[in-house]
Amino acid sequence: MTSITVIDEPENPLFRAPLVEGGKNFAEVTALVARPTESTTPRAWFLGLGVSIAIMLNLFAMIGYLVWTGVGVWGNNVPVGWGWPIVNFVFWIGIGHAGTLISAILCLFRQKWRTSINRASEAMTIFAVMAAGIFPAIHVGRIWVIYWVFPVPNQMAMWPNFKSPLLWDVFAVSTYFTVSALFWFVGLIPDLATFRDRAYAQGRDIAARIYGFFAFGWHGSNRHWINYEKAYLILAGLSTPLVLSVHSIVSFDFAVSLLPGWHTTIFPPYFVAGAIFSGFGMVLTLMIPARSWLGLHNLITLNHLDNIAKILLLTGTLVGYAYGMEFFIAWYGGVEYEQYAFTNRAFGPYWWAYWTMISCNVISPQLFWVRSFRRNPVVLFIVSIFVNIGMWFERFVITVTSLHRDFLPSSWGYFSPTIIDVLTYLGSFGLFFTMFLLFAKFLPVIAISEVKGVMPEANPHHGHHGDSHAEGHA
Amino acid sequence: MSSEANVWGVVAEFDSPAAIYAAAEATTDAGYVQVDSHTPFPIHGIEKALRHGPSHLGWFVIGGGITGITAAQLMMWWMNAVDYPIYVSGKLPYAWPATIPITFELMVLLSALTAVFGMFALNKLPRHYHPIFKHSSIHRVTDDRFFLSVEATDPKFDRSATAKFLESIGGKNVELLED
Repeated sequence: MTSITVIDEPENPLFRAPLVEGGKNFAEVTALVARPTESTTPRAWFLGLGVSIAIMLNLFAMIGYLVWTGVGVWGNNVPVGWGWPIVNFVFWIGIGHAGTLISAILCLFRQKWRTSINRASEAMTIFAVMAAGIFPAIHVGRIWVIYWVFPVPNQMAMWPNFKSPLLWDVFAVSTYFTVSALFWFVGLIPDLATFRDRAYAQGRDIAARIYGFFAFGWHGSNRHWINYEKAYLILAGLSTPLVLSVHSIVSFDFAVSLLPGWHTTIFPPYFVAGAIFSGFGMVLTLMIPARSWLGLHNLITLNHLDNIAKILLLTGTLVGYAYGMEFFIAWYGGVEYEQYAFTNRAFGPYWWAYWTMISCNVISPQLFWVRSFRRNPVVLFIVSIFVNIGMWFERFVITVTSLHRDFLPSSWGYFSPTIIDVLTYLGSFGLFFTMFLLFAKFLPVIAISEVKGVMPEANPHHGHHGDSHAEGHA
Repeated sequence: MSSEANVWGVVAEFDSPAAIYAAAEATTDAGYVQVDSHTPFPIHGIEKALRHGPSHLGWFVIGGGITGITAAQLMMWWMNAVDYPIYVSGKLPYAWPATIPITFELMVLLSALTAVFGMFALNKLPRHYHPIFKHSSIHRVTDDRFFLSVEATDPKFDRSATAKFLESIGGKNVELLED
């Protein structure tokens, strides 16, 4: 195995920085990714899991209390019929967009750097969509008749109204969850086979049987790889418009209504840009600690973090443009209700939420014009937290400020969350982190076979011309 | 060793993508047809060396997608305009623009399900038992070793000659596997 020279010149177009650093060979990459599963579990993991499960149980308790008592336990009131549950839904579903973006869109664009972060991001997507799905479900009020949203016969002898964007959302989110989970599982199969074979070789019989069951008897046959790679490419091709459609349809929940502040055509692209922004923010929040705790610095390199920071800069600036354009159209459109809605948004009773959103989403990513900030994990982590906060506030601002002062001043109101709102939202993080910690312990957090495929040695014609980067065979 | 009927094939081990690629070319050049490689990741271009055809999965997926579009349109038209017409805010019970989002989602859903389950069907997976798992170092096929198999169904297959041939092109741990 030839070793790889570390070239730290991402700006130089003549050199492509290696995706795997530290001169690793195939076996070392396998061992590195398998290590958290095979070595003794650190005490911090148990602590983290315990705390996460406790918070998750609190979520279940809150849902139980809600179902038992009714939606009056929340702060939702008459002008503000959509409170935190919808804010939380859009927050989580937005986070769930980065995984599919990385796995599908970057796959089609042949961005090979995706290989070391796609697995964990896809897992993050699935867990975020799980957390998201809870909120509209419990928001319907009578959750025991939630099946009325599906086109199945029911006691009303009626079918769902397919002209409602809320129903489009049901189809979009359930399709997105299914396709993301399939994409993730297909990608996992060769790596589950790796874990099966390692467990077998190390005599861990039960682990070998469990991994082996889910690996489906994979043995890397080229006849299998041909169909496998075709399926993967098709899934990437399908997921690319899917990921764009999901948040567009989420934005229709708002934009198709006639409410000033919601009824704008910029919503679909603006929501998609925001979703990608929030998703990459959460990718950084998870991956920066994970790469250091799991010792994956050579696989998730500073170049990867640098690329993510550039995407944050781009999408953060895009949402900044959307915020500005909303104000411009409100002024230019000449509709006084629209103009009032936006003046009220920035300078009304919720001014603090609006300016928190602007500071976190538009101002904080501007740091990433500076290369040394893009390559500093501490700065990246802090900004990623700001992004998470800012994107939650974006949804709060859109939902609550548009609703709280409607057309009739006598029905104006103010929304304040209850402790149940807060604990339910907190609880969704418990679910998310419980799932992620289990994933990080028991499954390959890096797509092993894909990372090997982008290493220079993977090219069967490697070494003929002394090329130092994997650019496919001629 | 049992009779020829039980022999599944001969498997040899190689230690790099370049070696397995050269071995695949040499084996098919020598006239073998039932040749397959077993590798930790797809070796690009090796399907030409092995003379494996392209995947036909795409055709199944197109079928899945058309089924999704048709099912979505029929469902929304029949449910909202025929079986129980719903008139909301003066809109037609069935109007095609409002059906686009769900039609798109069901097209994607059925295409994706076809892609995944079609891939499993074409690959005949899950199949937890396979003769190749009897090879002594096959557990490294998902790590850093590259294997070439010549199956007994190959007309040119001969248990000793094929094994010698695979050794002659650099194969290590050449083993005869039974089914």
